[in-house]
Amino acid sequence: MVKVGVLGLQGAIREHVKALETKEAEIVVVKRIEQLEDLDGLVLPGGESTTMRRLIDQYGFLEPLKAFAAEKPIFGTCAGLILLSERIEGLEGSHIGVMDVTAKRNAFGRQRESFEAPLPVKGLDEDFIGVFIRAPYIEEVGENVEVLATFNDKIVAARDGRFLACAFHPELTDDDRMHQLFIDMVLEFKKEGLATK
Amino acid sequence: MNQQTGTDRVKRGMAEMQKGGVIMDVINAEQAKIAEEAGAVAVMALERVPSDIRAAGGVARMADPTIVEEVVNAVSIPVMAKCRIGHIVEARVLESMGVDYIDESEVLTPVDEEYHLDKRKYTVPFVCGARNLGEALRRVGEGAAMLRTKGEPGTGNVVEAVRHQRLIQSQIRKISSMSEDELMTEAKNLQAPFELLLQIKELGRLPVVNFAAGGIATPADAALMMELGSDGVFVGSGIFKSDNPEKFAKAIVEATTHYQDYELIAKISKNLGIAMPGIEISSLKPTERMQERGW
Repeated sequence: MVKVGVLGLQGAIREHVKALETKEAEIVVVKRIEQLEDLDGLVLPGGESTTMRRLIDQYGFLEPLKAFAAEKPIFGTCAGLILLSERIEGLEGSHIGVMDVTAKRNAFGRQRESFEAPLPVKGLDEDFIGVFIRAPYIEEVGENVEVLATFNDKIVAARDGRFLACAFHPELTDDDRMHQLFIDMVLEFKKEGLATK
Repeated sequence: MNQQTGTDRVKRGMAEMQKGGVIMDVINAEQAKIAEEAGAVAVMALERVPSDIRAAGGVARMADPTIVEEVVNAVSIPVMAKCRIGHIVEARVLESMGVDYIDESEVLTPVDEEYHLDKRKYTVPFVCGARNLGEALRRVGEGAAMLRTKGEPGTGNVVEAVRHQRLIQSQIRKISSMSEDELMTEAKNLQAPFELLLQIKELGRLPVVNFAAGGIATPADAALMMELGSDGVFVGSGIFKSDNPEKFAKAIVEATTHYQDYELIAKISKNLGIAMPGIEISSLKPTERMQERGW
C-alpha cells in the first residue's frame, strides 16, 4: 500500500482522486505543506498553471515541493507538466523545474482548438484517449528522458526517472491506465529508493 | 489523425480545470493583468461591470470587440465574454475571436425572450446562469458545459446567489434519494430533461461544473458560496468597485481556496478597505431584477 497525494490548490482534483481510488493506494488531498510529509508520491492536477503558481507562492509551497521532488515520484498532467518542466518557452525560470524538458504553454491554441484524439502510449497495449485542453506540449527533451507519446510529432507524454508528465488529461476519462503507470512507478521507487532510474 | 474539437468532454473539461478558482470581471488590459496577478483562473471581458450596467440602464449588449481583443492579448489565463441571451450572432462573433468561454448572460439585455441559444452547435463552450435545478438542466440540455447561479448581479448583495445555490443543492439531494421510477414525474415538475435527472441520480451531483455568481462582494461571501457547494466563484463588480482592487482580488482568491480556514479569512479580511456599496434586493423594482431574464 502506498500513500499518494493530489495537490489540492486548484483544478481537477476530484477527478484525480477518483482515478486513484481504484488503486491500492491511500489518497490525500494536499492543501497544506505538512501534508506532504509521509507521502510516497504526488500528483499535480490539471488546472490553470499561472493560478497554481500564484497559490504555490502565496502558501510557500515551492521549496517544500522542490524538496519533495528531490526524493519522491511526481506525476503532472497539463498544468502539472508545466510545473515540472525545467524550461518553459517565453518564461524566465521554472516552477518546480525537475524534468529535463522544455514545455510550451497553450501550444495547441485556445479553447476552440482544444480536442480529443486516440494516442498510442508506450507501455500501454491499446490507444489512450488524450483530452487536450488549452494544452501544452514538450518541445525538447534531455537525453535521459523517455518519450511516451506524441501527437502530430509533438511530444505529449514523457518520463524522466521518477517524474511522469502528460500534456493531456487522463483524469477526464474513465481510463485509469496512466494512473496505474504512476502507481507502479511509486511502488517500484518505494522498493528501490533513489537508486531507481 | 482522428482529432475531434468541441466535444462535450473537451468543453466540460475546460470548466473542470477552473474548479476551486475565481473568475473576475474586467473591462481592460490593466484590470485583466491585476486579476491574473491575483490568481484568477479566468477573466470575463466586459465593456462595463454589472453595477455600472445597472446604473446606466437602457440596452446592454456584447462588449466592443476591441476590449475583448485587448484582454485576450494581455493575459495567458482563459478569457470569457458575455453575449445576450439568444443572440446567435454575438455568440458567433465572440467564438470567431477565439474567446475561450461564452457566458449567455442575463446581465445583458436578452434579444430573444423565448429561445436560448442551441449551444451544442458551437465549438466554444458556454456557461449559463440558473436559479433552480430545472433551469440549470434546461441549459445543460441546450449544450451549456458549465453553470453558475444567477444571483442578483451588480448588487453586492449575495442573498440571491445563496438562495439559488441552496435550492439547486437541495433539489440534487432530493433526486439522489428518489427511486428511478419517480424521476419522470420529477422531470415533468422541474421541466427538465429526464436523461439528465438519471445522470444526477447516478453521480449524486450535476454533470457539469457549477460556480456561484451574482452579488459576491467580500472574501467571506466567496467562502460562503464554496461552503454551500459551489465549484468556484465569479466576482463581477465586487473587485474593481472596491477601494483596493489588488488586495480584494487576492483576498477573494485565497478565501475561495481555503474556504474553511476561518482564521485565515479573518486575517485576509483585515484592513481591506471598503467593499462595493450594496443594494437591498427588495428596493429593486421587478423590472430591475436581472435574474428574471431567461427561463
